[in-house]
Order: sequence, then structure tokens, then C-alpha cells
Amino acid sequence: MAFDSSLEMTSNGIAKIVLSGELDAAAAPRFKETVERAAEQHAKRLVLRMEGLEFMASAGLRVLIFAKQKMGRDVDVYVVGAREPIVDTIRMTGFHHSVVLVDEQNADTVDTL
Amino acid sequence: MQRIDVHPTHIYEGFKIRPGRPFPFGAHLVPGGINFSIFSRHANYCSLVLFEKGARQPFVEIPFRGAFQRVDNGEPAWGEFRIGNVFTMTVFGLDHENLEYGYRMDGPGQGAQHGRPAIHRFDRTKVVLDPYARAISGRDLWGQPPDWTEPFQHRGRIVHDDFDWEGDRPLEIPLEDLVIYEMHVRGFTRHPSSDSKHPGTFAAIRAKIPYLKELGINCVELMPIFEFDEFENSRQNCETGEMLLNYWGYSSVGFFAPKAGYASTGRLHDATMVADELKTTVRELHRNGIEVMLDVVFNHTAEGNEHGPCISYKGTDNATYYMLTPEGFYLNFSGTGNTLNCNNPIVRDLVLNSLRYWASEYHIDGFRFDLAAILGRDASGYPLANPPLLETLAYDPILGKCKLIAEAWDAGGLYQVGSFPAYGRWAEWNGRYRDTMRRFLKGDHEVTGAVASSVLASPDLYSSRGPTASINFITCHDGFTLADLVSYDWKHNEANGEHNNDGANDNNSWNCGVEGHSDDPAVNVLRRQQIKNAIAMLLVSQGVPMILMGDEIGRTQGGNNNTYCHDNELNWLDWNLLESNADLFRFTKNCIRFRHRHSVLRGREHLRGRDYIGSGYPDISWHGVWAWRADWSGNVLAFLLCDQQSPAGSTRDDFVYVAMNMHWESLPFELPGLPEGKHWHLFVNTSVPPPGDICEPGQEALLEGQRTFLVGGRSVAIIVGR
Repeated sequence: MAFDSSLEMTSNGIAKIVLSGELDAAAAPRFKETVERAAEQHAKRLVLRMEGLEFMASAGLRVLIFAKQKMGRDVDVYVVGAREPIVDTIRMTGFHHSVVLVDEQNADTVDTL
Repeated sequence: MQRIDVHPTHIYEGFKIRPGRPFPFGAHLVPGGINFSIFSRHANYCSLVLFEKGARQPFVEIPFRGAFQRVDNGEPAWGEFRIGNVFTMTVFGLDHENLEYGYRMDGPGQGAQHGRPAIHRFDRTKVVLDPYARAISGRDLWGQPPDWTEPFQHRGRIVHDDFDWEGDRPLEIPLEDLVIYEMHVRGFTRHPSSDSKHPGTFAAIRAKIPYLKELGINCVELMPIFEFDEFENSRQNCETGEMLLNYWGYSSVGFFAPKAGYASTGRLHDATMVADELKTTVRELHRNGIEVMLDVVFNHTAEGNEHGPCISYKGTDNATYYMLTPEGFYLNFSGTGNTLNCNNPIVRDLVLNSLRYWASEYHIDGFRFDLAAILGRDASGYPLANPPLLETLAYDPILGKCKLIAEAWDAGGLYQVGSFPAYGRWAEWNGRYRDTMRRFLKGDHEVTGAVASSVLASPDLYSSRGPTASINFITCHDGFTLADLVSYDWKHNEANGEHNNDGANDNNSWNCGVEGHSDDPAVNVLRRQQIKNAIAMLLVSQGVPMILMGDEIGRTQGGNNNTYCHDNELNWLDWNLLESNADLFRFTKNCIRFRHRHSVLRGREHLRGRDYIGSGYPDISWHGVWAWRADWSGNVLAFLLCDQQSPAGSTRDDFVYVAMNMHWESLPFELPGLPEGKHWHLFVNTSVPPPGDICEPGQEALLEGQRTFLVGGRSVAIIVGR
């Protein structure tokens, strides 16, 4: 499935990016652009909804780090609802240190600051 | 600012290319494309062969010289994409995630004929691996049988080399403070008892960091992690039907790629994830105060001799990479078929670039060089007095703070323990320490002189280099485990399928009365004691101690002293032993803590046996059952350490007295007198069952009798004076 990322700013200043499809090296720049738009909005928190993400390669993992670096030290990056194989990959490659992993059940907790 | 030299200049079969940049060698991502660069002194034809991941046939082969089309006006143009002996081009528009690459080369000579000697082994019909490939596919999943009909098995892949180290740097722990743990990556967590989510991988090591911290080691030495072929020489054991593999990995396919089969992410066929996984493990170990050293194999490659496979070096520049006879047979100082021509300037650069790559990109703290005597031989195999490679490594700026450790011998008879060209930097695996302490442990007479030298970290060998030149060990992957050293007189390697002909015969082991497993409690108590004796003596010796993975919990290989081919329980660390041998773990852990606590054990200068600060005591003195009088003919020895190296004004370390009674009967040892106000406190007494065998350092109990101490037969006592 083709990759898509959509940005939504909530009223309390949270930037929510919904990802879907396959995040390979060709698609990673679009994800990066979306993150940059969120940063321009001076979001207080970045929430990445990954329920619809089928696949993530190493280029996509790097955008997670880029997101943390771009949003700033005081802004947390949440990865919500990622499928088990993707969560596993994030942990095995060690990229989970830069983000907060939240499973689907607790998705609501990240919507309020 | 946009560079003016990153646009395509030529087209070939629809692929846009331009002349590449020769440095660095290998394949690197550049704006818009991938830069490929490969050296060959003798090739007269070279083409870049590109595949989709896993595809049988390439999707394009681009020659480095030939007819192309110009990008700007479409006119035909002759292209020569080469500088000197380096073929280099940048190719645009490639999907690097989905790419595998190799080269096709041709050159002088009759062409490679399998089984026949030749100086050049160019073969136009074969695709070969880039010697500088930073990721290699083909064995992505450990133990998965390859497709043997595929002619191009080991293929280069492209890696993102960026990584967020989060401020990590090599730890630069002083060599004298290291306690090294020799670990096999797969063996460490593969056993089911390890309870690892991804057993046998780089990632799985992280979950065991608390264990390593508790044990107290501060350096892991990883057995070979360069990409190797576990199916090399694979065969079935005709008796058991079991598949024997190249498990240890002393056979490099590539010098720049971590073994994909050791990564939990290997199965995703994403080369960058393998690199990320290993880097994360290094970062986590560093965060917990543990250095990472690599056991590196530059003495030979996985290509064997004229009967072996052509993977990379044979097909790109055989005459440069290998030591050959004038007829083109392979010199074999490694015992494996070929020998890397290490002092050839090109190969020197290969070795140097590889080490620099690991040190800078993976933050590796040090390297142990397998069969390092080969690194000092010239192209014909003659030992060099001043080997350029070893000198280069010792002086290299990037490697400037790395530990450099040599296994200072090879399989060609060149034994250089004590004479390895050191340039003031290199340390050595002290094989003499190993042999001496094993003989002492089993009760040999007339060894005490050599034992004294070993305890001192062999000043007879290393006087100009100091004790840190001596890496002390009693066991390592070669040979018995410590538990087997005290349970077997003879090797039992039948499971290797070589009729027990392989493996060392000079083990200097003693089975404590029964060969192998025993139900006799007296035998088992003695074996336990002997293990503790070995550990205690190793950890109070001057020099740098190295412990074999699992010795701290009594790992056994059933008497097999050469388990190189076993991917099974023989090699996998059984974590259940942590419970059944908890006393051994506790003993080892406390000995390590003791070492960390007492700087007098970790001197940077050799002890001289003299009092040079006017303390009234020499820095080290030798004793026997009588204080101040050692008997150099027996099998009993004691020594007293008086700290003289702590700078004036700082607190001096305690007096440490070690009594080693390798005689079978208990003997009373007269304790040396201490200065006024100081008294003897007992730390270790291996003849007493746990918990009395050792205490926590700092909790040593005051000895009731301050004049003599009864040391049990075949036991070690460590007594602290404060």
C-alpha cells in the first residue's frame, strides 16, 4: 500500500501525524516533510499514530530520530499503536530511546497534555 | 550551496552515471546516488554488477570503460571511469534499500582454474564481492541453508552510516584496570535457558548487561563478528547425523561488515538495521561502563587455497591480497589454506581502514588480533624485523587510544610471545602465563619460579613495556573450559568428526582423580576448589586478566577442547548454571571486586622486589611456609604486596598476602609481620566450603591467629593487612 502521512494540529497544541502504508526509503522524505510542518507549528507534543503502518525500513526509523531532534528537547515524541513487528524493530535497532512507545489501548492518554 | 560535481554526465542502458570519487573505497551514498570505488592493480577489465535484493540475474552491468552516451547532448562518448588502479563511478537513481552489488573483473593469466595454482585468478564468468563492502548479504539468517546453485553467494549491500550515539565515546578505561570477558555473541544467549526474545544476537546481549555488571567485568571481547560463512566446511557428523558448522567464525568473508546472522534484524534483510543494532549494543555496554573489544581475523580469509571458493579477494586481485609461491600456490601460515599478505601496502591499508572504521563508526575500544605473528611476515612469509603494518597500527591517530592485543603466534611455527614487535603499544596473550599457572594448579614441582614471573606479569618478557603488556588467562575459547580443565586429563573431541585428532594435546589439565563426570563428592569438592584456585590466582596477578565466558558458573564442554564446529549446547551458555553454581559466581564476582578495590594489584609498572619508598617492605616479596623464605623447588608459594605506586599524599593500598598451596596436604604458613597498628584479615580461603570461602571485599574478618595460617591442601588463601 502506498505511504501516506497526514498532519492534524489539535486545539491544545499537540501535533498528530497519522501514518499508513509502507514507509520505505522513497517515502521517508514525505514523512520528514510532515514532521517539519509540525515543527513549524511549534507543537508542544508530537504524536505519531502508526496503527495503519504496514512496514518501516531503516530510512523511516531515522525520521523518528529526526523528529525528536527537530521538535526540541522539551517536546516528547509518542509512537502510538504500532504493530508488534514494527515495535520489535524499533527496539532491536535501539531507536526506542528517542521516542515514547504507547500501545493502542492507551492511545487516549497522549491526547491530553 | 549546491555542489557543481554531483550531476550525471553519462548514460548507460538508461542508467545515469558520472566519474566517481576514489575515496573512500566501497559503496557510499552521495547526493542523488551511490559512489562505487574498488581497487585492483592487475585487472584490465571491470564492470559494476547490480542486482535487486535476492535476484538471480543482475538488472544491469555497467562497465568502467566503454561506450556511453553523454547526458547533456545525447552524443556517444568513450568513458573511462578509473583513476590509477581504482575503478570508480557514481550511479544515480538507484533504490539503495533494495540493492545488492558486486563486480566482474578480468586480467592477466590463464584465468582461474579451480584446484590449480595461479598468480592471478581473474574469472570473467564470476561476480565477486567488494572487499570494502560494509554490509554483506547471503547469510542473513544464521544457519539457514543457502541456495547452493547461486553462483554469487555473498553480496555487497548499502548502509546508512548515520547513527545517534547520544554523546557516546570509547571509554578509554586504563588497560591496567580491565577485566576482560571473552564472549561468543551467539553462544552467550542462544540457549533456551537464556530466555531471550532474540536468542544469539547483538540485541540479546543488552538484556544481560545487568548480569555482566553484577559479575563486575568491564570489557567484553567479542569473538569474530566480521561477516563469515557458517556453512564453510560444513559437514555432517556421520555418527550423530548432526550438522557441523563453522561456529566460532575465524574465517573472514569481509572486514567491514558485521555478521548479519548475529543480528535479530538480519531476517529483515535491511543492512542498516544490522549496523544500528550492533551500534546500539555498543552504546548500551558503554553506558554501563563496559568496553567492547573485537577479536579480529586478518591473517587469512574464507577463500581457502586453490581448492577453496572464490568470493572476493581472489577475483579482484589475488596477487596483491595473498602470500603466494612463485608458482601461485598459497602459503599457509594460518593452517586454514591461505595467508593474507598483510605487509603489502594495499593490504596494509585494508587492515588499517577496517580497524579505523570499527573504531570510529562503531566506537570499538580495542582489538585482539588472531594469529598476529602473521601480521609481521612479508610477502614470502619471512618474519620482518620492523613490520610496516604493525608499526602503522601502533602509530595510527584514530587507533591511538585503542587497546591492541596480539595472539603472538601463528600456525607456521612463529612464536613471538615476548618478542612481538610492540612499538610500545601492543599487548600480548601471555601463553606462558596460561601454561605456567595450569601446571602449578595441577601440582607440578619446580614451577614456582615461573609462577613468580607470571604473578609479576612476566617482566622477563615485557620489562620494557610494563605489566599491561601481559594479558593473563588460564582458559580461552581454544582449549578446555575451566570446569573441564579440572575434570579431564585428555581431550574428547570425537563429536568434531576428526577422530579426536584435532585440538591441543598439551592441555596441562588434571581431572582430580576421575576422567569426566563423577558422583564422588570428594572429587567434586576438589574440582570446585581447583576452579576457585584458578580464578583467585588469575585475579590477583599483575597484568590484565581475561575470563572465558561461562567459567564464572562452571560451563562445561564435556571435555571437548576444540568446539569450533558446534552450534549446540556444547557451546551455548546454560543460564541454569547460575543457580546450580551460584557459589562460583559469587566467588568470581567478589574476586573481581577485590581487584577493582586494590590498586596494588593493577600496577602500571612492573614490581621490582625492592623497597623504594622506605616503607620497610619491598613492593613484592616472596614467601613459603616460612615468611621471607620461598622454596623455589616445590609447589608452594606465597607473596606479599606492599603498595608503593600510589602517589605520595594519597592513601596507600592495604597489604595483600596470597598463599598458594598446590601440595596435597595442609600446611601452616608463617605470616609476615605487619607494621604497628595493622592486622591480618581473611578475604579468601578456597579450602573452606561456601559461604566461608570468600567474603565481600571490605568485610574481611580479623584473623584470630596473626602469626600463622593453616592453608588447606590444593588451596589458595588471600589475606589483607590493614
